[in-house]
Amino acid sequence: MTTLRLLVGTHKGAFVMTSDERRKDWKIEGPHFAGWDVYHVNGSPAEPNRLYASTSRGWFGQVIQRSDDGGATWQPIGNEFHYEGATTTHKWYDNSDHPYEFLRVWHLEPSLTDPETVYAGVEDAALFKSTNGGTSWEELSGLRTHPTAPSWAPGAGGLCLHTIIQDPSNPNRIFTAISSAGSFRSDDQGKSWKPINHGLRSSYIPDPDAEIGHCVHHLAMHPSRPNTLFMQKHWDVMRTDDGGDTWHEVSGNLPTDFGFAIDVHAHEPETIYVVPITSDSDHFVPEGKLRVYRSRTGGNEWEPLTKGLPQKDCYVNVLRDAMAVDSAESCGVYFGTTGGQVYASADSGDSWMAIARDLPAVLSVQVQTLA
Amino acid sequence: MIRVELPANLRTLAGVGREVQLEVDGPATQRTLLDALETAYPALRGTVRDSRTKKRRAMLRFYACEEDLSDESLDAPLPESVAAGQEPYLIVGAIAGG
Repeated sequence: MTTLRLLVGTHKGAFVMTSDERRKDWKIEGPHFAGWDVYHVNGSPAEPNRLYASTSRGWFGQVIQRSDDGGATWQPIGNEFHYEGATTTHKWYDNSDHPYEFLRVWHLEPSLTDPETVYAGVEDAALFKSTNGGTSWEELSGLRTHPTAPSWAPGAGGLCLHTIIQDPSNPNRIFTAISSAGSFRSDDQGKSWKPINHGLRSSYIPDPDAEIGHCVHHLAMHPSRPNTLFMQKHWDVMRTDDGGDTWHEVSGNLPTDFGFAIDVHAHEPETIYVVPITSDSDHFVPEGKLRVYRSRTGGNEWEPLTKGLPQKDCYVNVLRDAMAVDSAESCGVYFGTTGGQVYASADSGDSWMAIARDLPAVLSVQVQTLA
Repeated sequence: MIRVELPANLRTLAGVGREVQLEVDGPATQRTLLDALETAYPALRGTVRDSRTKKRRAMLRFYACEEDLSDESLDAPLPESVAAGQEPYLIVGAIAGG
């Protein structure tokens, strides 16, 4: 019997939610780390009971927590993130040079094969790696010291590395995305990096077609097609079929192509999901209607999914790491909102139910499909 | 035995109540007290002061005997009543306002 385990990070703690494959009745445990911002909780594909959580507070800094029993108990582990070498700078909001300063971990990405290895994407933007279960961390400094890095500038949420994707067919290849620098690819396990932003167009920057400076909000990949990536950019939904070398827009008939979250169906590589958000000034869903949009054609042609979702007086946002899909026989889709709701669909998005309605603002949702 | 009061988030992190009691090696100063705190509760390393520079985190303050010790020398002796365990040493999160 398959069990689904949701890992939900919120502004005031983490929650672990479990259900059988029917996905109707959910047991909710938490809050873990009550009072702490939990930007991300993620499980090891190689050892699913090994979970990592990023908790932080402005007063107390960053604490990484680890569970080895599926979230029942947690231990604080290594929280020292030190940039390698001399302090470098990036651009500040006023275009001045600003020294790199570690603030928090936005995203944790455990290795596909080794439960002791985990990557951390941090603010100010850099990539760290631990090979001892999070006890200690070393920067993969080739990204932060890329020749373009001094010109990277923060988005409204800070200069954050928020997306890490490992290529399951090529252990040397890693994709990352940084707001608001763009997306990057390494073909040597993170030692060196190449900006992969050709085809992106951002009208709000001085050169709309610049190599870097694009506010990439999130990337998603289907493991069977590692050269195809989907991107929710600040504005525009984009697609590449050559590992990021070139991108083209697939926003099509979306009501707005601003948004944060994007994901791919577990069994249909051309089925993708986004949650359109009104605009960069109005961070809530359009027209008071919470609608997930699904494309079964890899983009361009989109249909709204509304059954079970509020269709009036709804003004929530869905953040970049707050959508996930399970790999049960009937693909489940999940997302959390800034209003504290967590919604689940057990039928690829055709219908939805609220698992929780009154949590703190949801920052991240991951799901594990457990045999 | 020196008494230290922690803010709520750090109590959760260390798995303790409002107050912990610590023995310090050598003279009772803020530095030896914070060293003892981090030794007794390793989960707190880096949350009260920077793990490398040992500088106080900007949004935390240190108080004792109704005095703000935050900017005092870390190597100055603690007030006698704190060193004697009669008064607590307070680690306080700066209040941001309502």
